[in-house]
Amino acid sequence: MLFLQLVISGIAQGCIYGLIAMGFVLIYKATETVSFAQGELMMLGAFGGLVGMTMLGFPYWLAVISAIGAMAVFGVVLERIVIRPILGQPAFTIVMLTIGIGYVARGLITMIPGIGTETQALPVPYKDEIWNVRGLVLNVEHMVVIGATAVLCVVLFALFRYSKLGIAMQAASQNQLAAYYMGIPVQRLNGIAWGLAAAVAAVAGLLLAPITFVHANMGFIGLKAFPAAVVGGFGSLPGAIVGGLVIGIVESLSGFYLPDGFKDTAAYIVVLVMLMVKPNGLFGDKLRKKV
Amino acid sequence: MRFIFKTNYGQDINLAKHGGHIFWYSGLMALLLAAPWVFPEYWLAQLTFVLIYSVAGLGLMLLAGFTGLFSLGHAAFLGVGAYTQAVMTNAGVPFPIALVCAAGLSAAVGFVVGLPALRVKGIYLGIATLSFGFIVEEVLARWESVTGGNAGIHIKKPDIFGWVLETGDQFYFLCLVITVLATLGILNLLRSPTGRAFVAIRDSEISAQSMGIHLAYYKTLSFALSAGLAGIAGALYAHKLQFISPDQFNILQSIDLLLMIVVGGVGSVHGAFLGAIFLITMPQAIALFKDYLPAAVGQAPGLQGLIYGLVLIAFVLFEPMGLYGRWLKIRTYLQMFPFYRKGMFKRQKSFQKSDRLK
Repeated sequence: MLFLQLVISGIAQGCIYGLIAMGFVLIYKATETVSFAQGELMMLGAFGGLVGMTMLGFPYWLAVISAIGAMAVFGVVLERIVIRPILGQPAFTIVMLTIGIGYVARGLITMIPGIGTETQALPVPYKDEIWNVRGLVLNVEHMVVIGATAVLCVVLFALFRYSKLGIAMQAASQNQLAAYYMGIPVQRLNGIAWGLAAAVAAVAGLLLAPITFVHANMGFIGLKAFPAAVVGGFGSLPGAIVGGLVIGIVESLSGFYLPDGFKDTAAYIVVLVMLMVKPNGLFGDKLRKKV
Repeated sequence: MRFIFKTNYGQDINLAKHGGHIFWYSGLMALLLAAPWVFPEYWLAQLTFVLIYSVAGLGLMLLAGFTGLFSLGHAAFLGVGAYTQAVMTNAGVPFPIALVCAAGLSAAVGFVVGLPALRVKGIYLGIATLSFGFIVEEVLARWESVTGGNAGIHIKKPDIFGWVLETGDQFYFLCLVITVLATLGILNLLRSPTGRAFVAIRDSEISAQSMGIHLAYYKTLSFALSAGLAGIAGALYAHKLQFISPDQFNILQSIDLLLMIVVGGVGSVHGAFLGAIFLITMPQAIALFKDYLPAAVGQAPGLQGLIYGLVLIAFVLFEPMGLYGRWLKIRTYLQMFPFYRKGMFKRQKSFQKSDRLK
């Protein structure tokens, strides 16, 4: 029973990692760049929800929708202003750029008087509720995380499978030049991919906020989503969720069964082993070297 | 304008290309030697930090700027060096032997980390080094019998076979000697076949390989050398601060090191020094200007992070060659005076190249 309990809380935590990792993968697939600012986008999303609920007095659903919408717009604008001018530069340049964006986001948030430097709880309607299912104590916050992730996965799957936009994005991610020749506006799609990634990050932030708290440094959890993305294979959306679940469960179990210190490093140990054994990840596609 | 008339092949690989180089670098050397008598004690301490960070920066520059392998966990090597030095010095080992051990152990760890670099590239390597950095930080915090855990560890003054360096001036000279040796070593390495092989790997792995460069050997060598230099810097850092704890070697320190070489200019030895100067003087400059800003902005804890981020973004967007690139442009402008054109250093626009197939 205890084991099951640990696995469930691991799954909930893993869903958060998976959602952030999904942001990495969306951006990576569309633009071949790795965004280190994903954790900070999540943090901004959580703060957006907080502002909507406490300062503007929105009801829960409206605050969530407006926070997600605002973050999507923010993602598109961010891509337009800072990412697009340096597309085509080496990947490392963009990594440094996104690290810079993360620093700026964190710095700006702490400058907001009143809310920036404090840790706040997000007043969600399902706070601190507990379900008892045959001796299993289920935290509603965790259940909401798992449910929302499942719904989001279905929505994204449908988007990429059936909508014109999703199919165009798939084409662009496979070969930008060929997609461009087919009349797909690749640059606009890159912007949309950033918007989508920011929106997913906002969802992750809003789901994580009731479990931890809303504070300026919550974006550091993004560093644990990297292992999730790598374990799943960096270019695969289902892989990101599976990778997140693997990392979450391993972390939860090692926190209980292994000595102190393994909980925080479990994710990194898993990813190092993964890189040695199967560098392409669980779902990553194998690509041959071409000259 | 200066024209160098080359009459033999040796001139191509001379460290000093012309008289101007000799003159200006001698001047710099003289200034650095006179520094303890010229600068007040506080600034001398800052200068010592600049030298220490330059050594670490040289290491990272060799790896990132010249071999094209990026490490997001370089602070871990700094930490390994610092802790080795601290433990050995406290056990009574003389400074030079401890320093060699610190560099050696760091290099050995770097060799181990370099092994995945043979299989993974690009962002995967970044994540491997990032993960490694976290694991080392955790080991330093948990291995309490040796490292003292989160409480940190104090370190004695450096002791060169019975001659104890008590004052800041003496330690400054020690750092200066090590920095000059490291710089000359790197410059020499870069004009040797090994250095050329590194640059070839950076520019194109496939063509380097087909020219007969053994990728595995050179990549691990680059990692080991880079980690060794970081270890030396870590050892000096430990002596300078006299107290080290695991949180000095976390991810933020790694990012600071990267920020240093990006701002200085990736792919230039000068960049490591310019970046170190930037990294050390920036907090001082922020502290100076803070009082002129409105209180809500000036006293906010996030100000430093915000400015670092903005500077980083500005450099990546507008000056990808860093401070050294800016200096090159100014120098070219002055050298060719009325003939400098705007497009001379323009970045080539290219289509998004796929790293996946590289």
